[in-house]
Amino acid sequence: MHYKTIAQLANDLKNKVISSVELTQHFLQRIRQHDQKLNSFITLTEEAALITAKKADAARAQGFARPLTGIPLAHKDIFCTDGIKTSCGSKMLDKFIAPYDATVVQQFNQAGMVMLGKTNMDEFAMGSSNENSFYGPVKNPWHLDYVPGGSSGGSAAAVAAGFAPASTGTDTGGSIRQPAALCGITGLKPTYGRVSRYGMIAFASSLDQGGPFARTAEDVALLMNAMAGFDPKDSTSIDCPVPDYTATLNHPIKGLKIGLPKEYFSEGLNPAVQKLIQDAIKIYEAQGAIIKEVALPHTHLSGPAYYVLAPAECSSNLARYDGVRFGYRCENPVNLEDLYKRTRSEGFGMEVKRRILIGTYALSAGFYDAYYRKAQQIRRLIRDDFTQAFASVDVILSPTVPAPAFKCGEKAKDPLTMYLSDIYTIAVNLAGLPGLSLPAGFVDGLPIGMQLIGKLFDESTILNLGHCYQQHTDWHTRTPGGF
Amino acid sequence: MEWETVIGLEVHAQLLTKTKIFSGAPTQFGAEPNTQACAIDLGMPGVLPVLNATAVNMAIKFGLAVGATIQKESIFARKNYFYPDLPKGYQISQFELPVVSGGHLDITLEDGVTKRVNLTRAHLEEDAGKSLHEDFNGSSGIDLNRAGTPLLEIVSEPEMRSAREAIAYVKTLHTLVRYLGICDGNMQEGSLRCDVNVSVRPLGQTKFGTRAELKNINSFRFIERAIHYEVERQISILESGGSIIQETRLYDPDKNETRSMRSKEEANDYRYFPDPDLLPLRITEEMILQVSAQLPELPQQKRERFIKDYELSDYDANLLVSNQDLANFFEATVKASHHQPKLAVNWISSELLGALNKASLDITESPVSAETLGKLVLRIADHTISGKIAKTIFEALWQQAGDVDEIIEKRGLKQVTDTSAIETLIDQVITANPTQTAEYRAGKDRLFGYFVGQVMKASGGKFNPDQVNVILKQKLQG
Repeated sequence: MHYKTIAQLANDLKNKVISSVELTQHFLQRIRQHDQKLNSFITLTEEAALITAKKADAARAQGFARPLTGIPLAHKDIFCTDGIKTSCGSKMLDKFIAPYDATVVQQFNQAGMVMLGKTNMDEFAMGSSNENSFYGPVKNPWHLDYVPGGSSGGSAAAVAAGFAPASTGTDTGGSIRQPAALCGITGLKPTYGRVSRYGMIAFASSLDQGGPFARTAEDVALLMNAMAGFDPKDSTSIDCPVPDYTATLNHPIKGLKIGLPKEYFSEGLNPAVQKLIQDAIKIYEAQGAIIKEVALPHTHLSGPAYYVLAPAECSSNLARYDGVRFGYRCENPVNLEDLYKRTRSEGFGMEVKRRILIGTYALSAGFYDAYYRKAQQIRRLIRDDFTQAFASVDVILSPTVPAPAFKCGEKAKDPLTMYLSDIYTIAVNLAGLPGLSLPAGFVDGLPIGMQLIGKLFDESTILNLGHCYQQHTDWHTRTPGGF
Repeated sequence: MEWETVIGLEVHAQLLTKTKIFSGAPTQFGAEPNTQACAIDLGMPGVLPVLNATAVNMAIKFGLAVGATIQKESIFARKNYFYPDLPKGYQISQFELPVVSGGHLDITLEDGVTKRVNLTRAHLEEDAGKSLHEDFNGSSGIDLNRAGTPLLEIVSEPEMRSAREAIAYVKTLHTLVRYLGICDGNMQEGSLRCDVNVSVRPLGQTKFGTRAELKNINSFRFIERAIHYEVERQISILESGGSIIQETRLYDPDKNETRSMRSKEEANDYRYFPDPDLLPLRITEEMILQVSAQLPELPQQKRERFIKDYELSDYDANLLVSNQDLANFFEATVKASHHQPKLAVNWISSELLGALNKASLDITESPVSAETLGKLVLRIADHTISGKIAKTIFEALWQQAGDVDEIIEKRGLKQVTDTSAIETLIDQVITANPTQTAEYRAGKDRLFGYFVGQVMKASGGKFNPDQVNVILKQKLQG
């Protein structure tokens, strides 16, 4: 039951095969039983979950059920939840009880979904392995010696292990797609501005975007129907109509043009991963899609640009954690400077500090033009690359990650190698485009992912292609043993 | 050596919006600490700013009033620095692309000379909170009520050459923002705050000297004093062979001195960059037209109209226009007086403003309404009462003793215009003063005033002075 899709569970609820309370209890039970192995949750909200589940059952009994009513989900601990600890994976916010709900949390509450708890993550969403959490690393359900990816590693691992049918994540440089790929589930980073960022703790504001994890593209579409839309509280959210993402899932893909960026199929790509992606391409070809090579000539610059812009924004976004109003405060500060220095030295982890330092440097007087401004110019070139490519294709297809998950600790001491696991994902954030990661097979028993990149606000087409792929493959139905 | 003072001003005007610039929290002054700050003002994790459209309209209004360029696209930037009353660790301001560029203010000095001061820019930004260093046993308290209050920072070119010019500039600006209804101009409450950049240079030199930025100046008087102190300080350093260091100095009104806050080296590196939480501010032609249609008559236009329509002197026009309420009061008085602008301005500037000043009342709190004062002026003009009697009536009106005509009637203060009564009394005065009469007739003309005084006194001020003059002259000539 715990590996069923949302669509299946919704059907079971509708047909009274099971109640939301039973479903919620079942997932909570699994988390209690198995999560010591994975460490995917920071907070379990059992009591509140059961109350919500009861309400969902009551609503259903009265005929008020909506598509997601009574379905459990988990939120990445980056989304503020009213009255519930919201830690962002940091000692800095270990005792922080958010005073309000993030818009995304509100949307899922209104949709009748049942929050099981808050999932583990890299501190302030900075990381690709989930080893940077104050609450300890998350393990990959497919092999406990391996990382689940990051920064939304807890959300991805929880869905992969059948602790929840769905979860939320955030993606700044790949933090939804990369863990989705490494955990063998489906994850979508929507177009920048499609999902509200209000109440989503900021890492790099111009890149951050919330999105869903689930087992299938169809489930992702269902979740997007609830979470997409304009939010007047987020000035960067875009006021344009939200389609019904489920309506176009079964459209024939005949004639759709799929672009393969040659830069993404070059050195650095694991040959076994390449082979699996080639298999996927063949499936699309067989369905009548037209495959074309496209060029994204500035791809090699996306890493350098990203690792200037994201740290620059983070250095400013994280200035508010100063020990004055909320969050961690050092003991017995002797004066203001001591308060700042020790609070921030003690409250932040290594990777966060590294990025704050890089970002502060990049923005400082005399370096701004060489780093920040230059990176913004590169960002424009990367965006132009995609615009150019999308003039001749509808969708761009690539691997999500160059290789399957690496071992815990393997790259922890080498940030530069770690940063390379995002090479296929970060350009998408720089361009603000939607990107979907789908389970596309296994290499050495570990899942890998395929990425579909869409035009701005065209989540429908990549979900359509994702659904089509999942009708012809069974990678998304595979489950890890031991849970 | 002769020195020239160079002054540029940065004025922060708190905009009169109901809510903050990036949140829905109220902006009211004087509330209990931390009761007017929401999650956004507190910089809580996850919150985002949303720009207040009214603040933008006010900036446009200001820009139009000073003949500036309203930028079609401007950018909000983050000014990063750590301070306990700055919740986010950065202030949202505008840096490279401000909403208002250029423009000018024409200032009138006391001697009537006008000077044009060019503006560099005006930009929108949020205010910080307040640190309270007393009453916390050695710790500091933070009040974030003010955090996020919208400010328009108005930056002038360094074109003022004396404290007087600087004062005239701030006064002109003060009047303008109140006319526009974008700022209440209350300097004590900090609604209008000035930072003054001061430098000196040898007269004739074109290159600017090194400047000091004076902070914390919250009255016109302090602006003047702070500039005087600073100019003398700089000149004495330079004349003794020293050099000025670029620094921020704090003005201490109690000691009347400026002292160093931080030097250029110690200054924060603000690491400005565009705020990714806010899209570029786009202002359409339509928005500008809409605001333009709401522009009131500006002080300068009003001054010109007063001079033309009411034939007022520059001095009187300036006095009235400096305060929009006063100007309105004047126009209402003129209307009630059936158009007696000169008498009206005289009565307002001497009797009324004197009395208001004594009672510490604002023109809007005047016990004598413009309609009543106008009526009084009308009665002087139509010779019902003399100016002298009018003063008595004004006092009664101040005590709110009733209507002008009622008082005149009740107290029998109506001016006597009956020639025979005047003649009789004049005859009596001449008879009673034989010596003076003889001297006058012998050519001592200046005694005429003495006779007028005697007659008016004897009449209880009720004779028409013009009539008295004519008849007295005839009678004295014998």
